[in-house]
Amino acid sequence: MNIGWYLTVSAIIFCIGAGGVLVRRNPLVVLLCLELMLNAANLALVAFARMWGNEDGQVFALIVMVVAACEVTVGLGLVVAIYRRRLPIDVDELNELQG
Amino acid sequence: MSATTFGWLVLACPLVGSILIGFGYARWPGRLAGWLATLAIGLSFVFSVIVLVKLLGMSSDHRQLTSSLWDYDVSAGVDAKLQILVDPLSVFMILVVSGVSTLIHLYSVSYMTLDRGYSRYFSYLNYFVFSMLLLVLAGNFVLLIVGWAFVGAASYLLISFWYRRTTATRAGIKAFVINVVGDVGLVIATFIIFQHTGTVQFLPVFHAVPHTFVHNGAPIVVACLLLLVGAFAKSAQVPLHTWLPDAMEGPTPVSALIHAATMVTAGVYLIARMHVLFEWGPTAADVGAIGGCLTLVIAATVALVMTDIKRVIAYSTMSQIGYMIMGVCVGAYSAGLFHLMTHAFFKALLFMAAGSIIGAMAGDQSLDHMGGFRKALPFTLICFLVGGLALSGMPPFSGWLSKDDIIGFLDHRGGGFEILGIVGYVGALLTGIYTFRMIFRAFWGEPCEEARELEHGHLHHADVPRNPMTGEEEDTDVGFPGPGHFIAERELPMKIAMGALAVLALVGGLVQVPGIDDAVTRFLEPTFADSKYVHVEVSAGPAWLGLVIGALIAIAGVTIAYRIWVLKPGTSLRIRERFSGAYVFLWHKWYFDEIIDFAIVRPTLWTGRVVATTFERGVITGVVTDGTTSVVRAGSAAVRRAQTGFLRYYAALMIVCVFGVALYFLVSST
Repeated sequence: MNIGWYLTVSAIIFCIGAGGVLVRRNPLVVLLCLELMLNAANLALVAFARMWGNEDGQVFALIVMVVAACEVTVGLGLVVAIYRRRLPIDVDELNELQG
Repeated sequence: MSATTFGWLVLACPLVGSILIGFGYARWPGRLAGWLATLAIGLSFVFSVIVLVKLLGMSSDHRQLTSSLWDYDVSAGVDAKLQILVDPLSVFMILVVSGVSTLIHLYSVSYMTLDRGYSRYFSYLNYFVFSMLLLVLAGNFVLLIVGWAFVGAASYLLISFWYRRTTATRAGIKAFVINVVGDVGLVIATFIIFQHTGTVQFLPVFHAVPHTFVHNGAPIVVACLLLLVGAFAKSAQVPLHTWLPDAMEGPTPVSALIHAATMVTAGVYLIARMHVLFEWGPTAADVGAIGGCLTLVIAATVALVMTDIKRVIAYSTMSQIGYMIMGVCVGAYSAGLFHLMTHAFFKALLFMAAGSIIGAMAGDQSLDHMGGFRKALPFTLICFLVGGLALSGMPPFSGWLSKDDIIGFLDHRGGGFEILGIVGYVGALLTGIYTFRMIFRAFWGEPCEEARELEHGHLHHADVPRNPMTGEEEDTDVGFPGPGHFIAERELPMKIAMGALAVLALVGGLVQVPGIDDAVTRFLEPTFADSKYVHVEVSAGPAWLGLVIGALIAIAGVTIAYRIWVLKPGTSLRIRERFSGAYVFLWHKWYFDEIIDFAIVRPTLWTGRVVATTFERGVITGVVTDGTTSVVRAGSAAVRRAQTGFLRYYAALMIVCVFGVALYFLVSST
């Protein structure tokens, strides 16, 4: 199959993820969208690895998964902490960290 | 062992003494520190004598020995080594320095008793002797500068030895600053010499001078003038002399050692050592001779009106060093150094005797308060008389022979130098007057209260110790003089030291009597063998004529003093009223302090203040520091606006930017 299809799917998923990050205000959904973007990248990496016929890209995909797992852990931890402090679950309301 | 080994030992003794006494300062019981210090310098003197004996055992053209322990820096043309030069001149100097120093240490053992800084004092004193010996033994310019600076530092430490006296600390700072002016001169001179000759060692420099410098050309004259700046600052010659009278704030034995016998003669030594350069740049030598001549008159006139007994002797020291500087600048090397030696004897003696009187006055130094000590202090009187007669050049005392040796050379050399000789005679007359003014005022006349007390066997003791200059009350703790006051009559070490110096002041001149003996000249000849004046000898006839004139002038001076202060007391007051303008002028010491204050100190302070208020506040604070902070602040204010705190805004920014970069690369790659 042509590599272009894989990349197209990857690009579409990435755009969905990016759009989600930009428009959604719930931190949980933002995290989900981030995951989408990461996995789009993973898909592209694996597709390229297959195209070139070597495993480097696949290894990268695995590493990205590890990083994503860590990121989700931290992110979900933050969401839980926000919830426990009775703060609004809304990224626009959480804007105190500013210059 | 060779002569140079003993030369190193001469240096080692006082250094070890200083370190040992300094480190154990809290532990030395009683007067042990003083005895240790005296022993160290005594050993140094013994080794100096051994060096002399060894040197005399060699043929006269092999009497210049160098020895170096290690190299400081031998690269890129610099050849600085830890090197000593043992030749007749340096041996002559170490003999005088270590000999007189031994006696002064001995005197101090008694004189400084009960002072809380006893060990510190002897550590400093040994350090001073080490520095002075280093200065005269140095075999190259680098070590000379090291010794030169060490001597200045030791002088500072000892002048402000009583460091809680504001007057003493101020005097120490003044001495140090003026000495540093001299150091700068010496260092720049060294640089010029090194630049032309390519070496810093004495003997190669002296050999190279006639080939590398144009005779009396600008470089050699400038180098010699800079050397003169160093010599004049160290030897307290006009106009760099104002520190010496103030240096009398130090303990009296310090004045005897540093500000009479040794350190202030370093300038004379320097000119004698550099005689090859000065003869190659005779203009500078003439400037030096005129400077010495001016100093000898100016200082002698000021000594006529001073009332502080130590300051009178200090001005007399400047005056006598004026003679020496004049002598060595015109080529009378052996005469100048001969006067250096006899002066060391009688001036140290005078200071010691003055110390004894000050002890009897419980620290008071003013001649106005003294009087009639003749019966109370017989031994001190004898010493003072011997010193005074030698100083005023009365036969057969040593000063008579040595001073007229210099003046006789001046008259013999001719070519305008007779004028300096005549001024020398005027100075000699003044010397007789001020010396005996001091003696008559202190020992003759109505006995003062302290003298009467002492005649009844009781040494006066002040209820409250006071600063002799300002009258401020003091205590006797560390940093002020101790509670003890000592007179030579009751202290054996002081008596021995003064007795020995009195004998030397009496007979010390006999080593060089015209027509009979010229031991100093003959001994120093190898050092000055390359001088064109070495064979200029005043024949016995004119020399004796000069001696007779000198003696007559001395007698005239003493007679005048006797008429004014003993036969008709009150004459001095009448003279003072008659010539009140001159008196005020002399009382203010020719206004040198005021002139220097006006011409140098105040402009410097004014510049400092202006720079502090305008440049410092305006440029440094206003532009450099404030400017930097305001730029940073404005920059951060601009950047801060981007930090909104809206997460989605950041994300959008990032995505837009990443797309932008990606687009850029895509476009540019096609």
